[in-house]
Amino acid sequence: MPQPIQLKDHERDARLVRSRAVVGAIFVLLLTGVLVARMYFLQVIQYEHHSTLAENNRIHVQPLPPTRGLIYDRNGVIIADNRPSFSLTVSRERAGDWPQVLDSVVEVLGLGEEERALFEKRLRQGRRPFEPVPILFELSEEQIARIAVNQFRLPGVDVVAQLVRHYPQGEHFAHSVGYVGRINERELKQLDPVDYSGTHHIGKTGTEKFYEDLLHGQVGYEEVETNARGRVLRVLKHTDPVPGKDITLHLDLKLQEAAEAALAGRRGAIIALEPATGGVLAMVSQPSYNPNLFVTGIGFKEYAALRDSIDRPLYNRVLRGLYPPGSTIKPQVALAGLDAGVINAASRVYDPGFYQLPGNTHKYRNWNRSGDGWVSLDLALARSNDTYFYDLAIKLGIDRLHHYMSAFGLGQRVSLDLFEEASGLMPSREWKRVNRRQGWYPGETVITGIGQGYMLTTPLQLAQATALIASRGQWRRPRLLKDADGMTPEQLVARELLEADETPPNIVAKDPRYWDQVTHGMVEVVHGERGTARKIGLGSPYRIAGKSGTAQVVAIRQGERYDRNKVRERHRDHALFVAFAPADDPKIAVAVMVENGESGSGVAGPVAKQVLDAWLLDEQGRLKAEFALPQTAEVPREQ
Amino acid sequence: MNSNFDRTLSSDDVLRRRSTLLQRLHIDGPLLLLLLTLGAVGLFILWSAGGKHWGLLFKQATSFGIGLLAMTVIAQIEPRLMARWAPLAYGMGVLLLLAVEFFGYTAMGATRWINIPGVIRFQPSEFMKLLMPITIAWYLSGRSLPPSFKHLAIALALIGVPFVLILKQPDLGTAMLVLASGAFVLYIGGLRWWWIGGVIAAAVPTAVAMWYFVLHDYQKQRVLTFLDPESDPLGTGWNIIQSKAAIGSGGVFGKGWLFGTQSHLDFLPESHTDFIIAVLSEEFGMVGVCLLLLVYLLLIARGLVITVQAQTLFGKLLAGSITLTFFVYVFVNIGMVSGLLPVVGVPLPFISYGGTSLVTLMSGFGILMAIHTHRKWIAQV
Repeated sequence: MPQPIQLKDHERDARLVRSRAVVGAIFVLLLTGVLVARMYFLQVIQYEHHSTLAENNRIHVQPLPPTRGLIYDRNGVIIADNRPSFSLTVSRERAGDWPQVLDSVVEVLGLGEEERALFEKRLRQGRRPFEPVPILFELSEEQIARIAVNQFRLPGVDVVAQLVRHYPQGEHFAHSVGYVGRINERELKQLDPVDYSGTHHIGKTGTEKFYEDLLHGQVGYEEVETNARGRVLRVLKHTDPVPGKDITLHLDLKLQEAAEAALAGRRGAIIALEPATGGVLAMVSQPSYNPNLFVTGIGFKEYAALRDSIDRPLYNRVLRGLYPPGSTIKPQVALAGLDAGVINAASRVYDPGFYQLPGNTHKYRNWNRSGDGWVSLDLALARSNDTYFYDLAIKLGIDRLHHYMSAFGLGQRVSLDLFEEASGLMPSREWKRVNRRQGWYPGETVITGIGQGYMLTTPLQLAQATALIASRGQWRRPRLLKDADGMTPEQLVARELLEADETPPNIVAKDPRYWDQVTHGMVEVVHGERGTARKIGLGSPYRIAGKSGTAQVVAIRQGERYDRNKVRERHRDHALFVAFAPADDPKIAVAVMVENGESGSGVAGPVAKQVLDAWLLDEQGRLKAEFALPQTAEVPREQ
Repeated sequence: MNSNFDRTLSSDDVLRRRSTLLQRLHIDGPLLLLLLTLGAVGLFILWSAGGKHWGLLFKQATSFGIGLLAMTVIAQIEPRLMARWAPLAYGMGVLLLLAVEFFGYTAMGATRWINIPGVIRFQPSEFMKLLMPITIAWYLSGRSLPPSFKHLAIALALIGVPFVLILKQPDLGTAMLVLASGAFVLYIGGLRWWWIGGVIAAAVPTAVAMWYFVLHDYQKQRVLTFLDPESDPLGTGWNIIQSKAAIGSGGVFGKGWLFGTQSHLDFLPESHTDFIIAVLSEEFGMVGVCLLLLVYLLLIARGLVITVQAQTLFGKLLAGSITLTFFVYVFVNIGMVSGLLPVVGVPLPFISYGGTSLVTLMSGFGILMAIHTHRKWIAQV
């Protein structure tokens, strides 16, 4: 059947539009009625209520700051808590002529012009009308009394109790947990103004900064009615703040103390990792500083003293200290050689005391000038034979070296939550082309084999590269956080409280026995007859896999030339030692750096041993039951 | 009427002979009168709300002048011409929105602007407020009414693309106005009631299901804060608490011009932009608000009359949509300031400070005038 042709029926369209316009008009009238009704409700029915509120601007919303989450070590020892402290606050609007009031405050407390300028600066940062802004912290009893006596001439000035961060462990965790400080103007711009409306402190470094979101919590508020002088008469509405999450770290106070004691006042860095989890058990950077100084604002002189000290206490040697790794990366280079098939456990190299590139007269010296003769992998590691590794580096070539060393985390940030970690440098052809505008020379490959040249690593990276040998290539990125409010990091990620992070791919050796061969070489360092660190292995109730190293200190600066004694001391080599233990079932991996300690095996080695002892041995000097293995376990040897 | 038959008269001749100056300028008298009234009221309130600031007043007056100019220019354009260029203009508008998405200029956490440094910075979503109803009206006027399912689907797609792009900027207020302006064309075009009902009926269970199965806790919290700003008194709730106090304390007759207290003590944020109705309510009371609403209603009534009297279907659809969208501005703004509706950034037309929205609004009324004054004097028996 043919469809009837549809013609536009203008009359019908007009009727349709007209009816829709009429319905629209009815809706407009109805909704306008709703608005009028709303106005009637607010302006007539609730008139009394609102006009009283507005009359003296008597309704205020006061933020209730959340309590910052506490920080514990793995055994529940408090690292950071909050203590009540009295602060002086000023509300600009209630003070009226507030510069005048500030003058009075300065006079009453007997302060100077400098403090007044600081008060004024703090007061100008006030954000909300009628918000009391703290201008002075940690009032003494006397100051509180003086304010109370003169209260009549100090309108808008109040003494309030606040919770202020406190670090009972003092210097122990300054470099790992960090500290909080007053929110500065730059931070103020980036913060959520609502969530931080009652908060005056924010994490500045370390865990405090990294987990700021978890620790801070959510602001609460109180809607209050006040009299004209600002005194609260009645609370109209109250919502509790949500306190920040309590955080437990992998750190262990006892191990931390033992590690610091092992350094015995020398400058240096120690980091201990748990290979199975990546947990950071101890993190020492000596000298350290007292984080409590920074919480309510450190004085300029005190800060200058810390900043300008030649010992650099503010410098985080574990995360920011960059050192050539020296011989400590020989185990990783050895694994690269085995996996690439350029050496095997039995192959030997003759060491006359130096190495020469073919067709080149330059001699790359072994540290032992007289040479070690025929050297196999075991001996090369135990004796830290340079010639063997010069030769191995050339066999591998820089490209493969770069590939394997990068897989061990060198030249990149390895940790999950350590604040401001340096990435170090693992050189490659590409890097040199871009940064030095030069090609790569074979001689540079030679010295890269013993961790010299352009390579720069942090103690953290050395510990992680060692932990990777201990875990046979299983990547676990180092992290401080163990749990927050009982939730593991994985659960936190699942709840979107924490961002997920990528783990680098595991290192898979072509033959798993390569791991055993390298580990065996490292055990020989400590327990072998000719091992460089055999002294620390004597009488040890457990077996240690270790490696010593030295890092050269950069050239003397011209200005320091004349102070010979000091220059010499400060420019001795840094002593390095890395180790994990027990060798057949690793529970802990450490990296030790002793600044200007000169001897890796002689100075850094004993420090590492003390750290391992502190973790693995009980009070009677026996291996703790939890770490003990059946006595039959032996480090497997290659057949 | 025309007794002179000496020569053949064209319809234009007839028009010209009867026309006054306003008619020759294609200006609709009643609309102009109402707009001028609103403009004057707006400046009056702004003087108080802006803290007796000459610069502010001068800028707003200048914007109003520019708006009048834009209105007059647009009123000269034949509606047929608008329909003809609609698809091209729409395409350009969408391209500009895409440009914002990829190269847009970000300020205050939103990417809304196209910025050519030293030359110009503008907000393409503002154009969409007018391009959207024109485009949908153009599309529907060529089809039979009420729209079939297919045509409805295409129209919805035309509305959806700019809507999503603006929503992503994010600019909820403008996105909603653009959506409304398109949807109102469909409504005027006779979209079947049971379809409208069906959409609403489907939206409710979807929202409920989303709430229980899709949204995370923190997302739910955001939605709750949006729906009930007073649960967040340190953020948006602060504005609402203060604006309610300002409105309520005005009472029936208000505290008098320049005698508002809430708005003058920095208690009321945004008091001269989105929240300006609170100032008016505080100073002129319920009487003042009702008078303002009356002027708005007259404006809307005139718009609906123009809708019904428009000669072409395109004109009817467009005029109806512009008029009803105008009401959305009024309702959403007053509703949000008085705590009835969630806070979305919609200004109070002609009263809130802000040049861009003023010019856009006036341009919209220019279109209404064009529709009403470019009439063909045929078949008017």
